[in-house]
Amino acid sequence: MVDIKVLIALVPILPLIGFLLVALNTKRFVQGVTSIIACGSVLASFGISLSLFILLLNAPEGTQYTVTLFDWINAGSFSSSVSFLIDPLSSLMLLIITGVGFLIHVYSIGYMHHDEGYNRFFSYLNLFVFFMLLLVMGSNYLLMFVGWEGVGLCSYLLIGFWFKNQDYNNAANKAFIMNRIGDLGLVLGVILIFVNFGSLQYTDVFANAMTKDTQTLTLITVLLFIGAMGKSAQIPLYTWLPDAMAGPTPVSALIHAATMVTAGIYMVARNNILYTLSPIALELVLYTGLITAVFAATIAVAQNDIKKVLAYSTVSQLGLMFVALGLGSYSTGIFHMATHAFFKALLFLCAGSVIHALSNEQDIRRMGGLRKYLPITFFTFLIGVLAISGIPPFAGFFSKDEILANAFSHSYLVWGVAAFASLLTSFYMFRLFFLTFYGTERAWEKAMSHIHESPASITIPLSVLAVLSFAGGFMGVPESLGGSHWLSEFLTPVFSQSLSIVQHHHLDHATEYMLMATIVGLTIVTIVIAYVIYVSKKSVPTPESEKLNPVHNIVYKKYLIDEIYHALIVRPLYALSHAFDIFIERLGIDRIVNGMGDSVQEGSKTLRLLQNGGIGFYIFAMVIGIIVLLTLTVLI
Amino acid sequence: MTLNLFYFLSFVAIFSALLVVFSKSPVYSVLYLIITFFSIAGHYVILNAQFLAVVHVIVYAGAIMVLFLYVIMLLNLNKESEPHKSNLLKFAAAICSGLLMIVLVGSLKGTEVLVQQAPSDIGLVKNLGKVLFTDFLLPFEIASILLLAAMVGAVMLGKSDKPGDNKIHVKQ
Amino acid sequence: MIPIDYYLWLSAALFTIGVLGVLFRRNAIIIFMCIELMLNAVNLIMVAFSTYLNDASGQVFVFFIMAVAAAEVAVGLAILIMMYRNTQTTDINVLNRLKW
Repeated sequence: MVDIKVLIALVPILPLIGFLLVALNTKRFVQGVTSIIACGSVLASFGISLSLFILLLNAPEGTQYTVTLFDWINAGSFSSSVSFLIDPLSSLMLLIITGVGFLIHVYSIGYMHHDEGYNRFFSYLNLFVFFMLLLVMGSNYLLMFVGWEGVGLCSYLLIGFWFKNQDYNNAANKAFIMNRIGDLGLVLGVILIFVNFGSLQYTDVFANAMTKDTQTLTLITVLLFIGAMGKSAQIPLYTWLPDAMAGPTPVSALIHAATMVTAGIYMVARNNILYTLSPIALELVLYTGLITAVFAATIAVAQNDIKKVLAYSTVSQLGLMFVALGLGSYSTGIFHMATHAFFKALLFLCAGSVIHALSNEQDIRRMGGLRKYLPITFFTFLIGVLAISGIPPFAGFFSKDEILANAFSHSYLVWGVAAFASLLTSFYMFRLFFLTFYGTERAWEKAMSHIHESPASITIPLSVLAVLSFAGGFMGVPESLGGSHWLSEFLTPVFSQSLSIVQHHHLDHATEYMLMATIVGLTIVTIVIAYVIYVSKKSVPTPESEKLNPVHNIVYKKYLIDEIYHALIVRPLYALSHAFDIFIERLGIDRIVNGMGDSVQEGSKTLRLLQNGGIGFYIFAMVIGIIVLLTLTVLI
Repeated sequence: MTLNLFYFLSFVAIFSALLVVFSKSPVYSVLYLIITFFSIAGHYVILNAQFLAVVHVIVYAGAIMVLFLYVIMLLNLNKESEPHKSNLLKFAAAICSGLLMIVLVGSLKGTEVLVQQAPSDIGLVKNLGKVLFTDFLLPFEIASILLLAAMVGAVMLGKSDKPGDNKIHVKQ
Repeated sequence: MIPIDYYLWLSAALFTIGVLGVLFRRNAIIIFMCIELMLNAVNLIMVAFSTYLNDASGQVFVFFIMAVAAAEVAVGLAILIMMYRNTQTTDINVLNRLKW
């Protein structure tokens, strides 16, 4: 048997090796070799993650494996090592990351086939998987932060993948900079943790969490949550995610649906004990998630780009996950994160398939009637949409229902707003679905002439994800429906401390049934409304040339948030840096630096005149020198 | 008595030194310088450095000043051809040397006063000769080589490059 | 007896007059003569100290200074004559090529 330490260490190292191999040979490898190396490394990581998962399943409850690779920093009182932690939470995340990652790698083989940057793309994908694995496997805050920054970097690289387009570069910049703003909060939180706890290891921090006062913990958790706001695109740091759709669709699926944006969720779940001990921070998480969920959902209703709708949907669903975390039901948040990874990745990949089939058309006003041309895509897209809308027995139903049930037991208002967001979700998703696959064919002639179903490398991942979206919910069937909620039992050791502090009131089964029925019923009503509007009445979103009524216009323009940010933050910053440039840089520093050179020149020009060759003058100078020397000797 | 002699000789020395600097004709300057040298020789006699007094007169007044006179007459310098400096420079020169005087005097402030213990005999020829030929023999011999070098150098520098150039052109 | 500082002041005065002469005049020969004056001032003070400290080395040093002064005058005047040959004047400001 291979030593478990080696196994654990191999999980992130294999994608790293894949990255190195491909990145150093981007000009030399043919596409086939790159595909095998890149996909193979992630597949191998998935295999190892699976075996680790099975190991954990069979081990007694509460085991966790820690592996220390080497001591990294040893400076005075601060020391940190590179060590990995495998417990139920991280092994679940490992499965999701490597599993969905592998499927998307396979998808990219077909999707990026015609792209000249094929090798570069796969190297970046592997690098991203490596950093994400570091993030979830790290057993201290430092390693998590390394992964955090690394995925931000890879996100930047991949969003701006087609770097010849300046708009895409701007989008990549925006993503990176907004992430950085959040990271400032994260770094401050980590520093505070070190100052207060003296160590950055999770075990040390969580063991001593109860001994610290609430104010410190609240400050720490709020700062950490600011980092999550940036990374997981909550208000106010969410505007980068829709713009990040500039990257290729596999990137959107992997990074901005399934994995990177879930880093914030993971972080809050990992620090659950800290959050439970600071109720104020938990309230902040709850309400931020709630407002984001409904806000983003309203924007998504009016969008016409297929990927933008999905992006806002991601923001909204992340908000729902934070609602779950904010209610204290951490395993629910993780559950929804897992199911969301499945169906959101599926939806993005289907969107990619549609875009690919229509030769890079992304506007849904230019789609329609694609049902008969893309049958597999149509069917898998339907499954994804059903899952996200929360129709039983698809995956989204169980997780979303659990969130709503917890919300109901907390307060009716939260339940109402969350339910409203869910209904909006189903409405705009089905709007997207109907406008794309039903109705008249509105695509350009050129696109329709080339239309074809996607190759196997695309459709097979779609199918696998569809199966997962259908069956993935069964890992968390609640007791009211007869299940044992396997997932929350599996995750109990991670959240046990929090659960012992704050007890959850469980609703009685009758209330739960009532809630389920209400929501499912309302969802079906929404779907029917969408059907009526977009299929029966065949109404089409307003074409670009026509003007919209004012309310619609504002929602379509994303409530002008980008413009507000630009006016309030970006423009003053530009003005400030322009002022710095003129006053400090040019008039100040340049003057000083150039002035030194100039003064030396001027000085030497003046001093040069001393050498005028006249002997009388030289004698004079000699006498003056003697006088000065004698004076100095007498004085000193 | 010695003090009065000292005052007299000092007065003569300083007065003729000033005249050296301020006289218009170079020949007059040379003559005043000779007077200065004689008064300094008198000082040597007061200090009982007899050998040096005589050597001073012979070497300086007898040889060096004569050499100066030869050169001046050779170059035929007189009052009209004497170049002058501008008044500003003269003023600056005066200030400068005044400062030098002040600094020199200032550096002497606070020094202890030596009084001659007894009339010493080391200036006599016999005693000085004894010291010169025992302790300072090497510098003495090397001084002769120095004089040889000076002689050779003077002759070499005095020779001209072109034949028949030893004549000095006389300005009419 | 005569205290030593009288000699010190006399010597300082003579030296200063020599410096004054060097700075004042433009004729090379006069400058040379003033340099001799400065040398003599130094000679005087050395002999004075030698007498007052009863040390013979002061007077021996003066002896050598005189020898050197003689040599220096010989060579210096030779140079001066060369200068006159080339520039037809003894003005020192004529030799102003030693500059930038």
